[in-house]
Amino acid sequence: MHKRLVLYLLLVIFTFYSNVNSAESEGMPQLNPEFWVSQIFWLILTFGFLFIVLSKFILPKISNNLELRKSQILENIETAEKQKIESENKIKEYETLINNSKNEARNYFNEARKKIIQDIDKKREKIEDEINQEIKNAEKEIVELKKGSPEKINKIATETSVHLIKQLIGEEINNSSISAIVEDLSKKNKGKYYGN
Amino acid sequence: MATNPMHQFNVYRIGPEIKIDQVDISFTNASLFMVISSLIILILFNLGSVKKKIIPNKIQLLAELSYSFISKMISDTAGSKGKPYFGFIFSLFMFVLFCNMLGMLPYAFTVTSHIIVTFVLAAFIFIGVTVIGFIKHGLGYLKLFVPSGVPIVLLPLIVVIEVISYLSRPISLSVRLFANMMAGHTMMKVFGGFVISLGLVGGWLPLGFSVALTGLEILVAFLQAYVFAILTCIYLNDALNLHH
Repeated sequence: MHKRLVLYLLLVIFTFYSNVNSAESEGMPQLNPEFWVSQIFWLILTFGFLFIVLSKFILPKISNNLELRKSQILENIETAEKQKIESENKIKEYETLINNSKNEARNYFNEARKKIIQDIDKKREKIEDEINQEIKNAEKEIVELKKGSPEKINKIATETSVHLIKQLIGEEINNSSISAIVEDLSKKNKGKYYGN
Repeated sequence: MATNPMHQFNVYRIGPEIKIDQVDISFTNASLFMVISSLIILILFNLGSVKKKIIPNKIQLLAELSYSFISKMISDTAGSKGKPYFGFIFSLFMFVLFCNMLGMLPYAFTVTSHIIVTFVLAAFIFIGVTVIGFIKHGLGYLKLFVPSGVPIVLLPLIVVIEVISYLSRPISLSVRLFANMMAGHTMMKVFGGFVISLGLVGGWLPLGFSVALTGLEILVAFLQAYVFAILTCIYLNDALNLHH
């Protein structure tokens, strides 16, 4: 293992020296003035051409493109801001519209409710009046009926008792004596039957 | 046995020899890769700028992101006065970036690994910045070498140091890029050579290193292009806004 490493190192050193020696034997080609003038000539030619074409034709185009883009982007931003403001105004308008219409709708609703309530109240009053009238009439009738009813009852009671006695005994009895008894009874039982 | 790791930096003629007054300006592999990276940049950014879409597609997004990246870099370092130089900084950054990145392809040539190329770029920047400084501020630009708030006793020393640091700008700028590119590619080549010469037995370790180095080199390729561009912006800032 060690032997191999040493051999390897020796090989590296040898190749390095052989390379360096061969380099020194020829020297630097850069210092050989044979083609200096040619290199200067062609450098001036190519670099001059490059410089002129770049600065006269190509770079202005690139700069134009950049400026164009910049201005266009600025324009776009401006229009975007304008549109944003416009849309905000539109939103505000829309909101006020909606609020107004909401209020209107509420007013309409309230008015309609009031009307309806009034109508209902009127109708109810009318109907209540009618009902009251009916009740009064009915009460009147009842009172009249009440007034007239004891006499009629007495009359009926007298007639029926006459008929009954006639059928039971077969003898006609004087009306006036029976009616006297009925009236006497009805006076005794007045509180019992009419509950006044 | 292993191929020379510096071999990849060799410049050779492609096609016929072109000479103007005894000066050789032949088309070389370096020229080829300069042309290729320029064309790739132009095609990419042309594709990214033809369609005007509000929501960009991928290439358009790439072009626009690069545009705003460089634009932000210039406005952060040089302020609003640096705007007229946007085209140059943009081309510079893209050229260096694509030359670096193309160099990462196997068998490709790295244009920026040659000191002459980076030095010409840096010298052009240095001269340009100095000229801009003198045009904007006249002789007042020399105040750059006299920082405010320094005791008079120290002033001669400080001025000398400032002048040296100013003059060494093109060298530091060019050597930084060139050395990074050359060192990275040499390292990758050396480790690649290890993989071959150690074979199946011991080649796995350098192979792993190679993979890791490739990732590192891609990072370095971007970083050096960024550093090159941002240092240019800083120098430009000195010339445009005299702080001292």
